Amino acid sequence: MIGIIRYGAGNIFSLTSALDRLGFAYGMVHTEEDLAQYDRYIIPGVGHAGAAMSKLEQTGLVPAIKALQKPTLGICVGMQLMTAYSEEGDANLLHIFPNKTLRFKDSEHYKVPHTGWNRVHQDKQNPLFKDIPDDAHFYFVHSYYIEYNELYTLASTNYSLPYSASIWHNNFYGVQFHPEKSGVYGETLLANFSKI
Amino acid sequence: MEQLHNTTFPTSGLAKRIVPCLDVKDGRTVKGVNFVDLRDAGDPVELAWNYSQQGADELVFLDITATHERRKTMVELVKSVARQINIPFTIGGGINEIADADALLNAGADKISINSAAVRNPKLIDELAKAFGVQFVIVAVDTRHIDDRNIVHLNGGRIATELETLSWIKEAESRGAGEILLTSMDHDGTKAGFDNTLLKTVNNAVHIPVIASGGAGSMQHFVDVFEQTNVDAALAASVFHYGEILIPDLKDVLRANKIEVR
Repeated sequence: MIGIIRYGAGNIFSLTSALDRLGFAYGMVHTEEDLAQYDRYIIPGVGHAGAAMSKLEQTGLVPAIKALQKPTLGICVGMQLMTAYSEEGDANLLHIFPNKTLRFKDSEHYKVPHTGWNRVHQDKQNPLFKDIPDDAHFYFVHSYYIEYNELYTLASTNYSLPYSASIWHNNFYGVQFHPEKSGVYGETLLANFSKI
Repeated sequence: MEQLHNTTFPTSGLAKRIVPCLDVKDGRTVKGVNFVDLRDAGDPVELAWNYSQQGADELVFLDITATHERRKTMVELVKSVARQINIPFTIGGGINEIADADALLNAGADKISINSAAVRNPKLIDELAKAFGVQFVIVAVDTRHIDDRNIVHLNGGRIATELETLSWIKEAESRGAGEILLTSMDHDGTKAGFDNTLLKTVNNAVHIPVIASGGAGSMQHFVDVFEQTNVDAALAASVFHYGEILIPDLKDVLRANKIEVR
């Protein structure tokens, strides 16, 4: 059963709807005691990374999240929280990954926020992307991105520069795009995560 | 590293979006819909699901309910759509205050679209962007040519404002609009193609995505709007609802013209 980390950042109705459609059981994690009853976790997140980190710190869950041994998937800002730092709010984050989260530079040719369906290139092989073609499109909405890093980048997107569309280290996974809004392949990814 | 990037990463990859628009009143679609396999052509959720299966990239629901029950029916609709649909969707119509937007966000809407309310109270854009993020806020602009100028109109194009279209759009962007939905009322309903001249001017002048609307009549019109203006998305209603253009065919034509689609 999937435990969704609840810390007051963003709406999770679309995520739980996707899990309902797929038939996966889930529950909510509000405190450290809640963690034990789940075999994997999703850290959702929409909005401002610095503000999201403050809210997460208020739950007291930070040390327990950093120590998680079970599969854990961060989505969008939930993934950015797993990096070391974000320019959004000049905030230190969970530091599960050493990468930084940076703002897209203003550019004539690349609009910000990066909005829409973008190809995702699978740099590494991983069960998270099982049965998903390389360079498939996923739905993105974000103004901040996680640096590309050969060690931790699982899949990348090129939008003014190559950056991490997905990261992976041991039991920790993150996706910048919204699998709950990314059509059939997004649902495949969530299904893959539920079996990792 | 440079060479690695050139060979390893796709050079582009952000798809142009095809966006069917559904008019909804009291929770039911109002414009005629002519799909063969629909059990209930007035059910916006079934219609939306059908479009998502066809490959639509995003959906817009325009609520034209005029009763005081509106917010409640919209919230119910949004919840039903969010439960069933695996692509993003926008709700527009009758959003006048933060509380309206908050209720729709919590029901699962990805974005809201504001039009007249933003013209009457431009600060609403700032407030919504601050409360929910720019990605949540689409400013819809209805425009009409008057004496060689493009003028913002309200109430479906019936009421002219004092605002020049491009300057209003730039103001909306600076206040926190995350996207612009630009409808040419001169082209709307003509099926003669999008207003590519204006769309190109607007698209070049802003740094947020632009959705073209008004005038789609053929698949070539979609090719033209993407090739000539480089807008991010194109919206249409009747050509999709009446089955005159099927989305898989449209995607094939765009692909054949080297336009990135999903």
